[in-house]
Amino acid sequence: MAGSLLALAVLWYVIAVYAQNRYLPTPLAVFDVLLREGANGELWKNTSATLARVAVAFVVSMIIGTAIGLVLGRSKPADKFFDAWLILFLNLPALVTITLCYIWFGLTDAAAITAVALNKIPNVAVNMREGARSLSKDLDEMAKVYKFGWWKTLRHVTLPQLAPFFAAAARSGLALVWKIVLVVEAFGRSSGVGYRLSIAFQEFDVTTILAYALAFILVVQAIEFAVLQPLQSRVTAWRR
Amino acid sequence: MKGVNGKLPIRVSVRRKIFPAVGTREAQLVLKDVSFEVEPRSFLVITGPSGCGKSTLLNIIAGLDTDFEGVVDLGPAKDRLTFIFQTPRLLPWRTVYENIALVLPDGDPRLARIPEMLERVGLGQAMNAYPERLSLGMQRRASLARGFILEPEILLMDEPFVSLDDPTATSLRELLTELWHSHPTTVIFVTHDRAEAIQLGTRILRLAPGKASVAQDVTINLTEAQRHDRAAILAEQNRIFAA
Repeated sequence: MAGSLLALAVLWYVIAVYAQNRYLPTPLAVFDVLLREGANGELWKNTSATLARVAVAFVVSMIIGTAIGLVLGRSKPADKFFDAWLILFLNLPALVTITLCYIWFGLTDAAAITAVALNKIPNVAVNMREGARSLSKDLDEMAKVYKFGWWKTLRHVTLPQLAPFFAAAARSGLALVWKIVLVVEAFGRSSGVGYRLSIAFQEFDVTTILAYALAFILVVQAIEFAVLQPLQSRVTAWRR
Repeated sequence: MKGVNGKLPIRVSVRRKIFPAVGTREAQLVLKDVSFEVEPRSFLVITGPSGCGKSTLLNIIAGLDTDFEGVVDLGPAKDRLTFIFQTPRLLPWRTVYENIALVLPDGDPRLARIPEMLERVGLGQAMNAYPERLSLGMQRRASLARGFILEPEILLMDEPFVSLDDPTATSLRELLTELWHSHPTTVIFVTHDRAEAIQLGTRILRLAPGKASVAQDVTINLTEAQRHDRAAILAEQNRIFAA
């Protein structure tokens, strides 16, 4: 993987040197900006503000989406009734929810996070509904015959069956949430990576845009490798 | 009426059990007027062709299926009921040991006996393995151990040895007989294997194909020694199933 990324960087470098255009900086120029922004504290300030929003929006969407998904997966009438709503929200463009949330709730962090969550919740709900639908009736009967009670059943029978669906929703969720958070910040916040990118856009400062994009991709990849992937392999350790 | 050992028999009386119509399939009468009693510590085998309602009957007795007309009275023993299913139904994300420990309450003294029980069913080495890494026969053994650790008063078994190779099935049958002798319990055992029915049971209840009711109710007359004798089993099988 390192080799293929290096090849991409080299390709980028060659094209940039050949093009000699201020709107296509070389990887080295981008790296310089990254160091500069890191030294003056801007990079840290904006990245942490964005990460905080991503974290809150992620947790909120996972909790609400999971709850909705489980209800729809377990109750046929609820599923029949709310399925159309789910499809509607799944197809609602992110830009629409964002502008409406800012107009209705003002230019606040709460509005920003609500907008992001509204974009992600239907996605989590669909995933978890699939999980709830596939719960094994056989194991349910086993738990009943052996008098597991609700807590033991939840912990040892139900949740382990939902874990793979939860992990899948979490991984695709993180990728979606951080992208939308940037848009939300560009639109109506005065801090964060998205905000910094919108300033850079006004100045046509491609080098800064690429520097921040790079920094954020690195952070998200770190979370993916350090947290989500180990978690997923842990919950699926029992598989043959 | 008092049964042997001063314990009450199990009474089962299903007047009607219907599978409701789904989509284009019509409603189906599964069981009709199936009534019988089971003496405590006897071994009742229910046989009949596939689709005659054997498993449904067992689910009703276990209390898993409550949508029927009739009465099931298990008496005070109903709190100590165990069901060995046709498939092992182990939790794949828990080890063999954990699967068995989970059926016992926290701090139960029987937890200490799990290793011994696993040794007995030949799973001493597989205690910490995940079920999916074991063969079907081994999973079935684990499921037997899980049922027996509870020392049930009533043991329901739904074709627990089906689709196993002969030697494995035979050794599991011997294991069951051995466990049953060391801890006598009322067994209701469903199978479509006639030889298995004769070898294990003290009484046979045959459900009629298509009619959804009892066709025959006979006692098996075999001594313990005869149960290991293929010829004796065959003779008894001919006597019962010729009728």
